[in-house]
Amino acid sequence: MRVGVLAAQGAFREHIIALRACGVDASEVRKAEQLDGIDALVLPGGESTAIARLLQDFGMFDKVRALGEAGLPIFGTCAGMVLLAKEIERSGQPRLGLMDITVRRNAFGRQVESFEADLDIPVLGKEPLRGVFIRAPYVTSAGPGVRVLATLDDKIVLVEQGKFLAAAFHPELTDDLRLHQYFLAKI
Amino acid sequence: MVEKGTWTVKKGLAEMLKGGVIMDVTTPEQARIAEEAGACAVMALERVPADIRAAGGVARMADPTVILRIMDAVTIPVMAKCRIGHFVEAQILEALGVDYIDESEVLTPADEHHHINKHPFKVPFVCGARNLGEALRRIAEGAAMLRTKGEPGTGNVVEAVRHMRLVMDEIRRLTVTPPEELVAVAKEMGAPYELVKQVAEEGRLPVVNFAAGGIATPADAALMMQLGADGIFVGSGIFKSADPAKRARAIVAATTHYNDPQVLAEVSRDLGEPMPGLEIAAIAPHERMQERGW
Repeated sequence: MRVGVLAAQGAFREHIIALRACGVDASEVRKAEQLDGIDALVLPGGESTAIARLLQDFGMFDKVRALGEAGLPIFGTCAGMVLLAKEIERSGQPRLGLMDITVRRNAFGRQVESFEADLDIPVLGKEPLRGVFIRAPYVTSAGPGVRVLATLDDKIVLVEQGKFLAAAFHPELTDDLRLHQYFLAKI
Repeated sequence: MVEKGTWTVKKGLAEMLKGGVIMDVTTPEQARIAEEAGACAVMALERVPADIRAAGGVARMADPTVILRIMDAVTIPVMAKCRIGHFVEAQILEALGVDYIDESEVLTPADEHHHINKHPFKVPFVCGARNLGEALRRIAEGAAMLRTKGEPGTGNVVEAVRHMRLVMDEIRRLTVTPPEELVAVAKEMGAPYELVKQVAEEGRLPVVNFAAGGIATPADAALMMQLGADGIFVGSGIFKSADPAKRARAIVAATTHYNDPQVLAEVSRDLGEPMPGLEIAAIAPHERMQERGW
């Protein structure tokens, strides 16, 4: 099983470490041809505008979108969630638009408002997962096909839609592998 | 329980900036150009280092209005500089809501012995370092991100290369140093033993380390990345060049594709004049910014 991690910019190294700890082959994806033959794709945290610029300049947007529409499992964290969203509040920035969600960027505030909190995620079992939120987005509305997996103070922070999974926080910054394992089960 | 300003959160933002380019900007227009070009953050300044160098005198924190206007202009993180040891400038920057504070040798130091105790702040700090001892002292004070000092405002990458090579070399040597020698090494470096031991065991710095100080071309950025930098700061190199938007975009691409000479060749074409460079030997020793900090 081979999982690609988009390595345009951001915390791709941490995702690769987490995926390898789950026992799968994980590799960096910087160019369109590196998308060939992967069984799943991770869109890491970083700056969504910077990542989108690089996806555009290296002709990857349409290919990732086409692979997603053809059923490739995709997991987006933070900036990755923003890229997966159909709607981004007050922004015309480029996106993949694969998930029927509206997100608000930097929704909890600037860096001084960044935080950690325990999240109840029923699909992962009783033990809470430590969520690290860094200038994080959240989902302000989700379409009928979208399943909400976790909320924090009524704000939607984890969603799935078929083969797509999106988190507002950074599971790759903790040692807890449950969310990565949950994603890998989609392959 | 919700916890703000934790070490994980401070260090975490630096992790998100990795593989990216942080650009010095002095106006909202420049900030928008940087964001559009794919910068992962901007550094809000009144003057870029080349102009600070030219102006001479005491260089201080920027006027808050300059910083706030830049914060309003972009959605990416905004950093700002305070003087070494000037913890009140840092308090002001935190109150403004900047996303990262650079306790920077580009400004005139306010304290000749002590850097800021960065632990009590909720906002994270980045600091410059020329060698591993300096890097670990800054981490001990609470820096959640490091960068090489290089020689700012010169467009000359030689000092950044020297500092990156030295840090990487010292890390490599620590990994083969026997445990009983680490106490003496720590003493020699002037760095806390616990951090020296951690680096020896893990073979890398406990925080993200960017390259800064003299980067002016896509090739410079890729060089620093190949030497082991986690990302790039470009100060004067973009907005002192002939075509800032194009050069900014090229440096962003070169930082991601640093190991791909085909891409580097492509993005290096037709960028117009880079910023004028300065030979390090032409700068009087007391005017070298890298000597500031302890």
